[in-house]
Amino acid sequence: MQKEVIVKVENVIRKFGSRTILNGINLEIFRGETFVIMGGSGCGKSTLLRHMIGALKPDSGKISMFGKDLTTLSEDEMDVIRKKFGISFQSSALLDSLTVGENVSLPLREHTRLDKSVIDIVIKMKLELVGLRGFENLLPSQLSGGMRKRVGLARAISLDPEIVFYDEPTAGLDPIVGGVIDKLILDLSQKLSITSVVVTHDMNSVFRIADRIAMLYEGRVVEVGTKDEIRNTKNELVRQFVSGSPDGPVSFFQQKDDYLEQLTK
Amino acid sequence: MLRFIESVGRLTTATCMKTWDVVSLFFQTIFWLIAGPFKKKAVRRQSIFAQMVFAGIQSMVIVFFVAFFTGIVIAMQSAYQLSKLGATVYVAGLVSVSMCRELGPVLTSLVIAGRVGAAITAEIGTMRVSEQIEALEAMALNPIRFLVVPRFLALAVMLPCLAALGDLFGIFGGYLVGVFNLNIDPNLYIDTTFRFLEAKDIMTGIFKSFIFGMIIALIASYQGLNTKGGAEGVGKATTVSVVTSFILIILADVVMTGIFYFSKM
Repeated sequence: MQKEVIVKVENVIRKFGSRTILNGINLEIFRGETFVIMGGSGCGKSTLLRHMIGALKPDSGKISMFGKDLTTLSEDEMDVIRKKFGISFQSSALLDSLTVGENVSLPLREHTRLDKSVIDIVIKMKLELVGLRGFENLLPSQLSGGMRKRVGLARAISLDPEIVFYDEPTAGLDPIVGGVIDKLILDLSQKLSITSVVVTHDMNSVFRIADRIAMLYEGRVVEVGTKDEIRNTKNELVRQFVSGSPDGPVSFFQQKDDYLEQLTK
Repeated sequence: MLRFIESVGRLTTATCMKTWDVVSLFFQTIFWLIAGPFKKKAVRRQSIFAQMVFAGIQSMVIVFFVAFFTGIVIAMQSAYQLSKLGATVYVAGLVSVSMCRELGPVLTSLVIAGRVGAAITAEIGTMRVSEQIEALEAMALNPIRFLVVPRFLALAVMLPCLAALGDLFGIFGGYLVGVFNLNIDPNLYIDTTFRFLEAKDIMTGIFKSFIFGMIIALIASYQGLNTKGGAEGVGKATTVSVVTSFILIILADVVMTGIFYFSKM
């Protein structure tokens, strides 16, 4: 069966000043799969995610979602697309002047004409999905980091999106909460057949949730494959990243040679 | 020398760009204010009222203190001068005219720029640095419609009200000095107050404060939306916001006073 491409990134180049962050990225994400983008800090994976959701525009190249080129859409057309995907932010980005319930229901109140009683039921259902029913009236500042992330996730799925983007969903959480979040991501994609795009460098999480994995290094995609393909890859760079070894082609110390020189100057 | 000219040029360009950005923010705000209801995306009434309570009603105490004591001081200072001419009764006219034309609107606006403008910048700035603005955009909620318009509307409506109250408080302060310290007959004091005060004095003062309210809201929102760099950035943006508002309020005051009282129209 031919798989439907839902997000397509073609030759995307983006520079910030003189630094090239994205250097010709090509990716295809299929409907219904969980696609993980992994890579070290500063390799451009969060920047890539921001391009995929249309928050940043590339210097050159094309990004399309649902077959529409995001780089050429007007603000109104973009809003139509935005209602069809959700995003869970690294810092959860809940509005801290609103309660948990108001945060989750915000997209519903703004974009639908549902009655308040219906919205109340939807909030309860979404919060039940993330295991936080009964927390509607708390403020985000009264929650722990993991709970905030889960509320952010409930908000991301409140409009029943077709795609959910996750920016570092497990970063900064303890292993158990991290596992809970991973299970949530899996549940959502299996039960609601949502396409998930996850940006992370948490290797445990990667192998738990991924259908396919892309490895990003210095603004380029160095390898794309299934879990097994990535585990058994011959690419030294990917092997080093997966095993977390300090020695390998990826050098932590950038200028070894002039170290002595700089110290004794 | 060349470097000096260079930096002057760079500063000029930057200032022009910023001015243009603020002007375009103004037009976008007006656009959402007028077109919002027709696009079925009206600004939420609750958030407008919440802002009005914060900007207006909760500012009454500080406006009272500033205007009331200013009225007392003007009365005392002018009484000293006028007593040399044996014309202490004119204190009433002096206090009322100076409060209504200048001090009521300008002092109130400066106080509000410090109290409300700073709060707006700090709030929106914090939202910017903690990804909340991005989250709004990703939910297809325009931050200008969602955050700027309610604050703009609240300040443009409430500042004239506060200025009118400030006029009254100031006149009341002068009245207390006149009646209890200078022993002017209360009826005579009130009579003199209204003999000197013209409708134009009050109207121009109120109109000025309307313009000042829009300036405060726009500058505060602009600085908030363009905040960069964590907690330090929020602090800097807040300072710049208050300082810029102060300067622009005084500048606008000069221009408007020139037009109202010194042009040959």
